[in-house]
Formats: sequence, C-alpha cells, structure tokens
Amino acid sequence: MHAGLEQYLIVSFLLFALGLLGVIMRRNLLVIYMSLELMLNAANLALVSFSRFNNNLNGQILVFFIITVAAAEVAVGLALIVALYRKRQSAHVEDLTTMKL
Amino acid sequence: MKYEILPWLILLLPLVAAGCITLFTLRYRTVSALLSIGAVVTGFILSIIFISANGWHPAVGELFTNWLSVGALHIDFGLKLDALSMMMLLVVTGVGGAIHIYSVGYMREDSGFSRFFAELSLFTFSMLGIVLAGNFIEMFIFWELVGVSSYLLIGFWFEKASAGDAAKKAFITNRLGDFGFLLGILMVWGILGSLNFSALHGQLAQNPAALGTMATIAGLLVFCGAVGKSAQFPLHVWLPDAMEGPTPVSALIHAATMVAAGVYMLCRVFFILNADALHVIAYIGGFTSLLAALIAIQQDDIKRIIAYSTLSQLGYMVMAVGLSGPTAAMFHLTTHAFFKALLFLAAGSVILGMHHEQDIWQMGNLRKKMPTTFWTFLVGALALSGIPPFSGFYSKDSIFAQALEQKSHLLLAVGILVAGLTAFYTFRLFFVVFSGKEKSEDASHAHESPPVMTLPLVVLAIFAAIGGFIGITNHYGSQFIAGHETLSVVQQALEPLHSPVPMLIGIAVALTGIFLAFSLYKNATSDPLPAKLGALATWMKNKFYFDELYEATVIRLHDFIAAVMDWIDRWIVDGLCIGLVRGGTDLTGRALRLVQTGNLQTYAFLFVLGVAVVMYFVLVK
Amino acid sequence: MGLPDILFYVFAALTLLCGVLVVANPFSRNPVTSAMFLVLTIISMAGLFVLLHAFFLAAVQIIVYAGAVIVLFLFVIMLLDLKEEQRRKINFFGIIAGLVSVGAIVIISLKALGAAQPGTNLPAPHVEGGTTALGQLLFTQYVLPFEVVSVLLLVAMVGVILLSKKDLK
Repeated sequence: MHAGLEQYLIVSFLLFALGLLGVIMRRNLLVIYMSLELMLNAANLALVSFSRFNNNLNGQILVFFIITVAAAEVAVGLALIVALYRKRQSAHVEDLTTMKL
Repeated sequence: MKYEILPWLILLLPLVAAGCITLFTLRYRTVSALLSIGAVVTGFILSIIFISANGWHPAVGELFTNWLSVGALHIDFGLKLDALSMMMLLVVTGVGGAIHIYSVGYMREDSGFSRFFAELSLFTFSMLGIVLAGNFIEMFIFWELVGVSSYLLIGFWFEKASAGDAAKKAFITNRLGDFGFLLGILMVWGILGSLNFSALHGQLAQNPAALGTMATIAGLLVFCGAVGKSAQFPLHVWLPDAMEGPTPVSALIHAATMVAAGVYMLCRVFFILNADALHVIAYIGGFTSLLAALIAIQQDDIKRIIAYSTLSQLGYMVMAVGLSGPTAAMFHLTTHAFFKALLFLAAGSVILGMHHEQDIWQMGNLRKKMPTTFWTFLVGALALSGIPPFSGFYSKDSIFAQALEQKSHLLLAVGILVAGLTAFYTFRLFFVVFSGKEKSEDASHAHESPPVMTLPLVVLAIFAAIGGFIGITNHYGSQFIAGHETLSVVQQALEPLHSPVPMLIGIAVALTGIFLAFSLYKNATSDPLPAKLGALATWMKNKFYFDELYEATVIRLHDFIAAVMDWIDRWIVDGLCIGLVRGGTDLTGRALRLVQTGNLQTYAFLFVLGVAVVMYFVLVK
Repeated sequence: MGLPDILFYVFAALTLLCGVLVVANPFSRNPVTSAMFLVLTIISMAGLFVLLHAFFLAAVQIIVYAGAVIVLFLFVIMLLDLKEEQRRKINFFGIIAGLVSVGAIVIISLKALGAAQPGTNLPAPHVEGGTTALGQLLFTQYVLPFEVVSVLLLVAMVGVILLSKKDLK
C-alpha cells in the first residue's frame, strides 16, 4: 500500500501511545523521562508528515524549534533529577512522594 | 368631633414616658417619676377635656388607620370611643394617677426606682390600648403587652427567686387563657369574616344566629381570655402569688385595672355571647367568688387576703356578665377599682409602717399609730362589705337585682353568701390589724406614712364613699341598654329600694359578717377559727390544694412532654439528621482524598483519562 | 509498491519495535538498555524523515537528539550509577490503568483517522526540506521565535548550573 499521510499518522499515534504507556507504567524516573522524549518524537513525525503532504515548510520549522526546546528541557529536567537523587538517594518514583495516605 | 388628637395623646403619652425613662433618665429618679406621673395625670386631664367637649357618645365612634391588609384580612389600628371606653379611660388614668403618686413614697428607698416608673408607664400604655381597642387583634396585642408588663412588675424584685417564679406563673397561666382567646378570635373571624367590634355588633344585630352552631364554643373560647386575665377558676392560681410584686403594683394591676380587663373585654364583646355561653360564664364566676372567699378566711398575709378578695369580687363581675348584666358588671368594676386600690394602698402603708412585715398576726392596735390609714382603710372595708351608703353597696345590689331579674336563685344565694363571707374576712383583717393589742415589737414602733402616700388614700376613699351615686350607671347604662333613662343623684341613691328583698338580705348578711368578725377577732392574739372548724380551716388555709393539684398533673405532664422533646431533639434531629449529613460529608471527603496520592503516575493516568474523554467528545461525536 | 514504500514499512516497524523495547523490555530492566533502544528509535525516525524529504531535520535529529540528548541521559545514568531496577511489587494498578487509558486514546485516534476524508484535488507532494529553503524561511518569517529560543537556551543553561550546585554560595 502506498505510504500516504494516514500511514505516517498511524505510526505517529502508536509511538505516542507507547510513550504514554511508558510514562504511566514505568517507575524509574529516567525511563519515564525517556518515554516523554518518545512522545515528543511522535509529535515531530506527525508535524513533518503534515508539512510534506501540505506542501508547506511551516511544519518543519516548528519541528526545528521543538527539537531545540526539547534539548533545553532535557538539560534542565536531568539537573532536577540529579538534585532529587541527591536528596532521596533513589530514582524510584514511589520513594519520591511525601504525602501520607 | 372636636380635639381628635386627644385620644391618641392619651394613649401614647405613657409610652413616650416609658421610652424616655428607659433610654435617658434611668439615673435621675425625680425626672423619671415626674415623667411617668405627668403622662398619667395629663392623660386624666385630657380625658376630662375630651369628654366635656364631645359628650359620652361622640359623633364619630372610631378613629382608625388601616394597618394590615392581606387578602380577606383587614386589620385597622384605631381607637373606639364610646361611653364604655371613656369611662374606663377615666378609671385607668384616675386611679392609675393616684397610684403613681403613691409609688413615689412607697418605692423611695428602692434602687430600681426609675425602672419601676418606666414599667408602670408601659403598663398604663398597654391598659389604655386595651380600653381603646377597636378590633380583636388590636385588643389581643395590647392584651399580651399587659401580660408582659405584669410579668415585669411582679418580678420587679427579681433577685428573689419567689418573685421570679411568681412572674413566670402569672405569665404562663395567662398564656393558657390567651390561647383559648386566640382560638375564639380566629373562630369569630372565620365565621363572620370581620374583626372590628362595630362591624361585628352590626352583623349580629341584623342576624343574631350568624354564628350558627359554633356560637357557644366561640363565646366560651373568647371567655378563656377572661378566665386567664381575670383569674377565674381554674386559672386563678396566679393572682395570689402575684403579691410578690410591690404593693402599688398589686393595687394598680391586680386590683383596679389589668384583672378588670377580662371583665371589660367580656362587656365589650357581649354581643357575641349567646345564652349557653352566658350560663357557663355565670356559674364559673359564682364558683370563683365562693372559692376565693372561703380561702380568704384563713389567710394570714395582709396582701393575700386582699388578693383573694379581688378574686372573689372578680367572680362577682363575671357572674354579673353571665347574668346578662354588663351594666352591673362594669358598675362593680368601677367601684371595685376605687375601694380595692384604696385597700391595697392602705395595706402598703401598713406594711411600710411595719417595716415590710406582712403577717397580720404581727400587727395590732395600729389605729393609734396610723390614723389616716385607719380611717381610709375603714372606708374601703365598708365599701367592700357592701354597707350603704358606700359605693360597694350600690354595685353589689345592682348585681343581686340582675340575678333576681334573671330568676337565677342559686346564683343569687351564692352572691349573698359570698357577701357575708366578704364582710367577715375583711373585718377579720381590719380588727386584727387595727385594734386589740400590739402583737409584736414592730407594731409598737409603727408610724404613719408621709403625705405623698396618704393623700392618694384620701382621694380614693372619697370616691369609694360616693361612687354609688355619681352617675356611673348612667353612662354604662346608655352603652348597653337601649332607652336607659338618666337618673339624678337622688334617684341613683334610692335605686336599690326598687327591689327591697335582696337589698335587705344583703345588708343583713354583711352586718352579720362584721359582727362575727368583731366577736371573734376584736382582741384575739391568734386565730380561733381552726379550733372551731378543724379540717375545713386547714383546707382553706392551704388554698384547697389547687397549686399542689396542678403541680402533680399539669406540671408533671408538661415536664414529661419536655423530656420527650429533648430526647427527640438530641437523638433524632441532632443525632440522625445532622449526623447523617456530617457522616456523609466525612465519608465523601475521605473517599475523594484517596485521589490525591502524591504519586506522579496516578496523576498522569488521570490526566490521560481526561484527555481521552475530551478527544472522544471532540473527534468521535 | 516502490522502494520508498517498502523502506517506509521497514523503518516504521523498526521505530515501533524499538519504542516497545524502550518502554517494556522483558529481558533487562537496566535504564541503559532503554537509552540504547531510544537511540535506535531516533535513528529509525531520522530514516522516516528522509523518506519525507526533510533532509535537514533528519540530520539535526541525529546530531542533536541522538548525539546530545541521549548522551546527556547516559551521562546522568552513569553519574547516578543506577543499577538494575530492583524487583518491586508488580504494579497492577499502573499496568491496568496504563493499558486502559492509552488503549482508549489509541482507539479514539484511529477511529477518527479512519473517519477522516482525504482532501480532493490535492497536488502531489513536491516540497523539499533542504537547508537553504529552511534557512530562508527561518531567518525571514520566523526570526523572532529564533531569537527567543536562543534566549531560552541561555536561561536553561543558567538554570542547570544553578540546580546542580551542591550548596548555594
């Protein structure tokens, strides 16, 4: 079947779902963060395919900016995780909550 | 009609006085007294001016303003001006004025002096309101106000537990009567559709059977108000305890005016009462007078004796109304106001002279020490006993004449018997207090009261003496009897001779009573009656155990109901209803709290769920 | 079916497979493994970008994402010396919740996609995402966001330095 827009979008959706699954299911902070990156990538893919099939470069420009911002965000987020690890000596999500039941 | 503003002024001046005293002059005793006395005396003078300008039957019978109009219910606020109300105006302001002046002397050493006058003025306003009321609701409002004033004044020395209890007893017993009264008012309004006295009078004059089958019940329910206010059997228990209040209060409220309000009301709405209701009323009145007279024979507190005497005379008045004799009843009410107020004020003078001692067996030979009090008390006693030519003789005789006219021989016999008993216990009191030897130290040191107190005594004594023939019956008669002829002074003086038999029997029993009292009590140092009468005397002394009966039945029932209500309030309202709400909220809160886990992934999950829902509604629908 | 389509399916399958292995690796719970598979996912995606004629972005994806972001991840994993994740109680709630909610989203999205009508009379795709074209667009129409993003990067740098200080002096 010809690789049209729908196919690209299906891939994008499925990737996004996988990332979401990782955020909800995994309990290691870093793996959660990586799943977050996966979701961002899925969005990028959708944008580029729309850009291609609309004969427009605006989508690609947006992806450019998204990648930039994602990089900055990863830096800050990892710094936070490092600081948190120093405090709690653990990267497990269950150890991080202080609310009592 | 000339000077239309005057009735309003007469009504409202005491209220203004009460307000000013309460707000501004509580610390200034003289000013308070002057304000209060001024209001009452001005009312008296204005009443005289108004009556002399307009006569006893003013052209406009009513002055009113529309107060409340809701659907079919129209209540006006206004003043009814006819002979009945104007006579009562004179009585209330006149006797009230005398008592106000007397109080300056009696309450001189009391710390609540100003408060007393404020409460007296409030009472005067309320009583004038009852007298001038033009419709049932207005009368009921002032009726309740009078009850409140009575409560305040009986409990004037509220630091004493007994005074507070007596005030509560008076108010609650009155409320019972008022409950019946209100039911009667509602019934009358329901059947006849109007509350205005003139309108009702007109309706019933045109159609005497307008009240239909409920006529007797409506009449009796309205009579309940009089039973409460005028202390008839079975609600008579509050009046003797009301003696806890200062003596001027007993004189004004519980002799001359407030208790007479019940009788006044009955005469005002006389047209509503049908023959059966009148029958019941007459018998209750007769029974009350007999019961009270019997109890009075064995009482030892000077004020209690006079209080039971008031009860007995009120019974006379109610009996007279029941015998279709509102003129006779109002006549007796007016003369009774004079001599009973006189007796109470004289008793107060005695009490003050005896340094607040009230037991008659501690007194004696006060004739020498307190001459003015002695002579005025004698006049009052003779009037009360029905000795001619004093006023009481004329008014009692008119009641006997009425009984004879109605052929009610039983009640005539009761009336005559009570007249004899009245003379007996009155002169028992008189001889024990004023003659014989001093029975205690205080009696030896007794002194006469100051002129501010003895002057009102003298004025009241004069009226008690001549009240029989100054034209009181003329004015009342013109109100109630169509075609009543005006009698001159001489004609009034000789009126009783028209029915000589009851007159002579009446005089005879009165003199017998006085003679018996003289022989038993002239020089007695203790009561000889209990030895002669044995158990009966004990029953009399203990008021025939009515208080104890009520305590065992009504009070117990009331306490039981209150306990049940308490249980319901505590367990059902508080426990169940409020508990349900409280528990429910608590549980819901706890359940909702579980959502806040602090766990990042739970929040992420909920977030995703929310997104799914939104996507569903946007994309699929 | 030409080569581009076959290549598409190959790269797509690779992306999804590696994505699954990032999230739920049955053989190893080491975060390093997840990072490695993330690299593979990104490279496959770069391939997809090339198939979409977005050449510049494909290059940027590999250089920046795979080359910098993932490396940063690995730095931090090594720094923190994260071992294999201990076996803790299996998180049933998380698994069920995750599958349910994500499943819901997937189903809705695919249904929506299926119901969407393709546009008619659309020209064939001909735009090439080359460097020149992107650069022209970037420095004329989008110069403001460009400047703002550079400030953002500065801010991020400052933030990171501040956050990783042991004590604030």
